[in-house]
Parts: sequence; C-alpha cells; structure tokens
Amino acid sequence: MNHGWLEKNSIFMLIGIILVIAVGGAVEIAPLFWVNGTVEKIDGMRPYTPLELKGRNIYVREGCYVCHSQQVRTLRDEVERYGHYSLAAESMYDHPFQWGSERTGPDLARVGGKYSDEWHRAHLIDPRSVVPESIMPPYRFLFTKTLDYRDVRQMLTANRMVGVPYSDAQIAAAKEDLEAQADPNSETQDDFRKRYGKAEVRDFDGEPGRITEGDALIAYMQMLGTLVDFKTYRANAPEHRR
Amino acid sequence: MSKKEVDDVSGTETTGHEWDGIKELNTPLPRWWLGILYASIVWAISYWIVYPAWPTLSGYTPGLLNHSQRDEVMSDVAALKSARAGQEQELANSSLTEIQRNPDMLQFAMAAGRAAFGDNCVPCHGAGGQGARGYPNLNDDVWLWGGKLADIQHTITVGVRSAHPGTRQSQMPAFGRDGILKPEQVDDLSEYALKLSGRGADARAVRRAGSLFTENCAACHGADGKGNRSLGAPNLTDNEALYGKTREDIRDQIWNGHGGVMPTWNGRLSAQEIKALAVYVHNLGGGE
Repeated sequence: MNHGWLEKNSIFMLIGIILVIAVGGAVEIAPLFWVNGTVEKIDGMRPYTPLELKGRNIYVREGCYVCHSQQVRTLRDEVERYGHYSLAAESMYDHPFQWGSERTGPDLARVGGKYSDEWHRAHLIDPRSVVPESIMPPYRFLFTKTLDYRDVRQMLTANRMVGVPYSDAQIAAAKEDLEAQADPNSETQDDFRKRYGKAEVRDFDGEPGRITEGDALIAYMQMLGTLVDFKTYRANAPEHRR
Repeated sequence: MSKKEVDDVSGTETTGHEWDGIKELNTPLPRWWLGILYASIVWAISYWIVYPAWPTLSGYTPGLLNHSQRDEVMSDVAALKSARAGQEQELANSSLTEIQRNPDMLQFAMAAGRAAFGDNCVPCHGAGGQGARGYPNLNDDVWLWGGKLADIQHTITVGVRSAHPGTRQSQMPAFGRDGILKPEQVDDLSEYALKLSGRGADARAVRRAGSLFTENCAACHGADGKGNRSLGAPNLTDNEALYGKTREDIRDQIWNGHGGVMPTWNGRLSAQEIKALAVYVHNLGGGE
C-alpha cells in the first residue's frame, strides 16, 4: 500500500490520527451512554440507607472486594451454592460496583440474612473463633471505632450526582436515618420506614447506645442480596433475557 | 528515491531512503502475522453479529444465535433438577422416618444434606458440626430444642430468635446486667449450677442459692435443672454448656443471658433440602 503521501503531509496525518482515535473512542465509550438499557426493570431495589452506605464505604476501605466477590455468575454450580444469579439491577446503585474478580473467601452477593449479626461480629473480631480453617484477617477495631458519619449527607449527595435517586428528604434526614436504623427505639423510626421501606432496623453490633463501624458494615452485609424478591422475579420473561 | 532497490546481502527491498550512506530494509510483515490480524477482525465482526454484543437504547443486540447465558444456566439447573427429580419427589413425599429407613433414600438425603450443610451451616456449626462457643455442637446428644428428626427439621425451618413469625424463641433474662439479682446472688447461682452439673462447688453458696433457683430458674430449667426442650431451656445437669463450662463462663451467662440467633432457612432452602439437612444432622451422631 502506498502511504508515503500521508506520511509526508503532516496535516493529513494529523486528521488521520484523529479519525482513528475517534473511531476507537466511540466504540469503547459511546455504548456506556445507553448501557442503562441492559439493566433489568425489577421491583425491590432501593438506594442504600445511610448506615448501609457507610458500611459499604468501610467494605471498600478495607478492601473486602480483594478477596470476596459480589456476583453469582450464570453457572450451574454457583446458582446451586449461592442462589439466584446476580442481576445487573442489583448493583445499579453501586458506585463503584463490588463484583470483584477473585474469591479467596466466598461470594457475598447473597450473604444478607444467611448468618446472625452475632456471628458476623464474632467472625469479624476473630474469624478463627467460628471458622477454624479461615485465613481471613481479623477486623477487631471495627467494633472499637465509633462510626464517623459527619459526612453522610455529602455522601448521599455525591451518590445522587452519579445517578442514585435519593430524594431531597432522604438527603436532608441522612443523619437522623442513620441513627434510626441502628436504634429500634428511636423516635424517628416511622420517618425512616417511610423513606427506606423494609430496611432492617436493629442494633447490629450488640452494643446499644453506640454506633460503631461494625454496626455499619454488618448492616450493609445483612442487606446484600435481599432487596430483590426472587419469588416475583420472572427469569423467563423476554425482557429479562441476557 | 522511489526507485526499487534490493539490498545485496539480505535480498530484501529497501525503503529507498538514504541517510549518510545508511539504508533501511523494508521488510514486509510476515504473512502468517497479517493473516491472524485479518482473521481476528473478521472474527470480532462476526461475533458482534452472531452473539449479543451492543447495548441499545432499549436493550441490546441479541445476535443471530439468540444466545443467552441466563437461558443456558436455567436449562442447566433444570437438567440437574430433572436428573434429581425422581429422588427429590420421593424425598418430598416420604416422611422423615421413611427416609431414615430406606437405604437408597437415606443415601440421597445424606448426600444432599452434606452439600447443603457445607454451603450454609458450616460457618457457625463447624465443618464437622462440632460447633463453637455460642453455636451448638450437632454431634453430641445434647439438644436445646429436641433431637428427633421432626424437631431438627422444625428448627432448621423456623430458626431460633429469627425473623420467621413462628421462630423458636427463648430468652434468658440478663439477671445481673439488668439488675434482677444482686452480684452476690449471681455468684451463688453460679455455684449452684456448678453443683448441678456434678462438679465441686461451695456448699454454703449452693445452700443459699436453693430458693433463688426455685424462684428465678426453675420455671424454665425445671426444679431439678434438667431443662425443658419445649422452651429451649438447656439441661444444666449434663456438664455441657453453650457458652462455656468454667465458673466464670457460667457466671457470665447468668449475668448477661446470652442467646444466639439461627436464621430461618425457609425460603432460602427448599423443603426437600431442609428435609435432607434434618436427616444429615440427625445422623451426625446425636439424633434421637
């Protein structure tokens, strides 16, 4: 092929380079603008509560995703072990998503409700006390560190900016809602329920009167995989094919 | 400059340029390499056409093959289900005792129970069902809520202090923490409990605790301390304790009234899986 003329006319060379990069960029970037079309429309998904969101941040901070995935893949054995395969919609409020890429520990996509809060507490404080063969490091400090949630409103606002549909009321009451979820006797219970429906309310870390990082992390984990009601989800529906 | 020139040594064409007497060979790309490049491009484009590839505004391009990973896994699971269907059906239709008596069904239930136990129960009850502090050992003949097949099945189904409306429910008061008893009374009761389990205890403290036990503990644990399974109250005479056997452990338990949570498995596991689990746990060694 005779490309000598292109190499000798720098303006054409420049236009050529721009064209090639533009095609490459368009192919990689453009589909992301309508990738939402592939997210299933399902019932049950709600934005995370402020406490769960704080817990999620701790999950990210501690690098849990390095050893734990949050994605039940469409493989028979995984469905047998962990339950229904993960849906795109289940991570639509994750920024960033926590699918992970390796499993030193088990998948956590459906861990919510599987074990008791007390178990999570014992396991985070000393994994070997309940699972002798575990190689997970201990996270004892989560239960001595009081949760710092001065920034929780900003966190919700930031999440709204990237597309999580928090309402103005949810953002305004973020702090109260966080406290309400960790204390079943709080006066703002009803408001919290109104805003977050069936979210679990209790003292997660077994230490009433104090909200620790452990509270947040356990609240987050007990929610994982429980939002979508798979009894009403029609996996065979054509719009849910992938 | 555009005149073709062949290098004498290598026999390859040069680019025709010359800088200070240096010329550059114009070696073409190997044919096999180019072949692979073009084949990959063709492969990629046909892949887009044949398989699901591009997101669109209202979905995605499904591709000519109409392939779906989700359909695939569902048919895999369905195939597995139909392979097991005969035995699953038998499991569903038979009573727990019938399963226990029929060697074929027992073998199937044990295999299914073993798998379900590994996936769901091991984190608390241990790989061998040996339990841990606060999580009952399933190998021994000590049962809080009963060790018959039906009892085990019911416990797995509803859980203990779980979110299930029919959950097994028992709550030992925190006698010390909540100020129901004075610290010295808790001390005396600890001695009493030690004595009940057949170990050495301070005789005077035991005598002092006698009426305390009747007033505070006997309602659930029985006047003789042998427990009451319908209330989930453990037998205090068997020298087995969920939260430790030492004097300090016993005192801590009377003080704080620990009680663990077992989740309900109803919904997460199928009725057959729960049956298989009940049979498996029953056969770990302690079944009644």
